[in-house]
Amino acid sequence: MTALIFIIFAGIAVFCGINLVVQTHPIASALSLIGVMGSLAVLYLQLGGEFIAAAQVIVYAGAIMVLFVFVIMLLNAGAEATTFQVSRFVKYFGVLLLAAFLGLISFIIQGALPKTEGVVFGAYTGTALDVGRKLFTSYLLPFEVTSILILIAIVGAIVLARKEI
Amino acid sequence: MSILENFYIISLIKVAIVAFILLTTLAYLQWIERKVIAHVQLRVGPYRVGPHGLLQPLADVVKLITKEGLMPSHVNKLFYLLAPFVAVTLALISIAVIPFGPEISIGPVRTWMQLTDLRIGVLFVLAVSSIGVYGVALGGWASNNKYSLLGGLRSSAQMISYELPLGLAVAAPLLLANTLSFREMVNYQSGYWLGFIPRWNVIPEILGFIVFMIAGFAETNRVPFDLPEAENELVAGFHTEYSSMTFAAFFMAEYANMVTVTAVATLLFLGGWQPLFPEPYSDVIPILVFLLGGLVSLYHGMNPARRKDKFTLPAAGLVFLGIAAIFALSVVAPPLQDTLKPILLALFWFCGKILVLLFIFIWVRATLPRFRYDQLMRFAWTGLFPLSMVNLLVTSLVVALTSK
Repeated sequence: MTALIFIIFAGIAVFCGINLVVQTHPIASALSLIGVMGSLAVLYLQLGGEFIAAAQVIVYAGAIMVLFVFVIMLLNAGAEATTFQVSRFVKYFGVLLLAAFLGLISFIIQGALPKTEGVVFGAYTGTALDVGRKLFTSYLLPFEVTSILILIAIVGAIVLARKEI
Repeated sequence: MSILENFYIISLIKVAIVAFILLTTLAYLQWIERKVIAHVQLRVGPYRVGPHGLLQPLADVVKLITKEGLMPSHVNKLFYLLAPFVAVTLALISIAVIPFGPEISIGPVRTWMQLTDLRIGVLFVLAVSSIGVYGVALGGWASNNKYSLLGGLRSSAQMISYELPLGLAVAAPLLLANTLSFREMVNYQSGYWLGFIPRWNVIPEILGFIVFMIAGFAETNRVPFDLPEAENELVAGFHTEYSSMTFAAFFMAEYANMVTVTAVATLLFLGGWQPLFPEPYSDVIPILVFLLGGLVSLYHGMNPARRKDKFTLPAAGLVFLGIAAIFALSVVAPPLQDTLKPILLALFWFCGKILVLLFIFIWVRATLPRFRYDQLMRFAWTGLFPLSMVNLLVTSLVVALTSK
């Protein structure tokens, strides 16, 4: 059952990822990216990282991508204009080259993987409690540094967006 | 081990019951809204279809189904049809984590009055509602209409802005109860201070509750924050180009969002299904309420001046009296005390609180005018946001000082 769900959502994630690159319209690409993030959230959930899954949906799909879509709609960006011509040589040999490249990559990754047991679904605890405790004990310094970085970014955004007085 | 104790069978039955009740409620919520607004404005509201206009929702559904579904020219069909689908799906899905009552036993089966209890139930509702923006934004953009586009843009900007105070207002009761699960949230709010003041979060978190409700109005695009569909500026906003069932989907999504917001407010701040009064009184209140309702209906039904209601009001009165009798029976009769009483009492208090909040939503729509767009944004960022921030800081300080 878990394997089936994993295959379905991993498939959706890969499909949306490919669709993101293939689509010429920016809104379609943005929606594909949302699809990738949603299916990744399901995969996190399967591993047991429920808080990470919720944060993934709230922050990435619900906030950042809304801003992306908002800007695309505001600029009313149309379909991407393709100016270059694809030669027949590239078209036919490209497929072969791509297949060879993918084969090579998968071979290398296969060899580099450590020979340990596979991932067990739901074996990891990622409740809000665990995440919060880790964030405020083991990873306190990176957490605070990130906060300051975000604060600088906010101040910078306000300075840039401010009207001239 | 009978077939009924199977997890999947129980879940299927519960899903069927909840879906049926939710969809009926959505249809009649619109009828109630029209009636209440009509009475606020000294009109009678829908009166022609069925007794007292009670079959109006059915007529509306038939009308919407039989209308022609128009497709504007030069639209992207996929996005155009995807938008209402996204809106209504995401609006209906939140009900899956809402608990309606405590654990109950029917015959040999013990089950919770809830479809599923996630440990991150509150976050789930927040996540679903944050995704819900896409239905409105996409619908506005895909319609190929400048009014729709403006409505979609306004809506996405508004919902992002008001999600911040909403999230911060939700965080304060979460800190108090130290949980993300709705079920434990309600259990935390059981009991009474001094024996009669209910231990609901609304008492220490009155500021958070007010901020949550205001942000909830904005999240559901309701008056006074219904800028995305301001008809004197934008025709009908994001759903201008939608007709027939696609329009009905947007319409249903709005009401489903209202139910979700009021249910979450009830669970987080108003104690879920915990009764307002301590044990012996909480059993009597529903009987009294329905008895009074029945008697008032009967009295007005017997009034010869009300010719049009000479059948409906007495019938409604008898139904109310029957419900009062069922409540009385469940309190008095020993075999029903363990099975029926917990179900009925929990449903009465939970639905009662939700209906009161829904009434406030409708009441506000009938009384308040609409904000201007810059006022709306200024109110969110300079009014609600600092207020909810202060509320969260004070709450966390108190929690940090009092916890061991």
